[in-house]
Amino acid sequence: MNSLGLFYVSASIALLASFCVITQKNAVHALLYLIVSLLALALCFYLLGAPFAAALQIIVYAGAIMVLFVFAVMMFNINQQDIERESQWLSWQSWLGPSLLVTVLLVEVLFILQSQPAWTSTESQVTLIDAKAVGSLLFGPYLLAVEIASFLLLAGLVGGYHLAKALPHKPVNKEVNQP
Amino acid sequence: MTVPIEHGFVLVALLWAIGLIGLLARKNTLFMLMSMEIMLNAAALAFILAGSLWQQADGQIIYILIITVAAAEVGLGLALLIRLRAHVSDLNIDKLDELRG
Repeated sequence: MNSLGLFYVSASIALLASFCVITQKNAVHALLYLIVSLLALALCFYLLGAPFAAALQIIVYAGAIMVLFVFAVMMFNINQQDIERESQWLSWQSWLGPSLLVTVLLVEVLFILQSQPAWTSTESQVTLIDAKAVGSLLFGPYLLAVEIASFLLLAGLVGGYHLAKALPHKPVNKEVNQP
Repeated sequence: MTVPIEHGFVLVALLWAIGLIGLLARKNTLFMLMSMEIMLNAAALAFILAGSLWQQADGQIIYILIITVAAAEVGLGLALLIRLRAHVSDLNIDKLDELRG
């Protein structure tokens, strides 16, 4: 199978898994599908000639960020009652009409895009952009962006520490009950 | 061998639309955060595609910056959700309509 077929297979897996993420009732199942979607996108990145981005997608996104999600879900302590309420909210009857109509519009858009002339006239091969090119550009012209990104991460760290630490006083809702 | 760039952008549009539908349809804030992750990933794929189209490394640089934004956003968002769960003991977004303008 050539890389074109591989791209289509991984793209379909990414689409299917993303659709399963937003239709699942259980948060842990949805997270598993989200990880599958991220891994499929990593394969797409690799096939598009960006192996460094694919590695980052697996290590940072599917690794670190998803572990953060799983830990948070563990702290939320989701029970059977929550899952039943989710399925109550997700009635497919109310979404049937709009999704049918919007699917027609989507088919129309895809047909229009298909009939356009191709953007790239030359049938060029996928060029490999390796980590060396990315790194030399990242620490050359984009050095200021790296510094700003570090500020952003520091702000996220301080904000996360401040928001998630234990409250010094009781929550607002419980003070109402106490005289 | 080469992937048609239009099909890649169709994938971007579909993924982004799925994320938007999830953001609009779900009431659980945890699922809304996941939908935002899907939308951010679609945007990242668009940058990778553009970098592959023009054969420049700039697309991957922006991808790294997007990952940074996503990490900060998830950290702060989940901390807010933990605080929300402690306050109203629920993840329902409708419980947050106390702020009447």
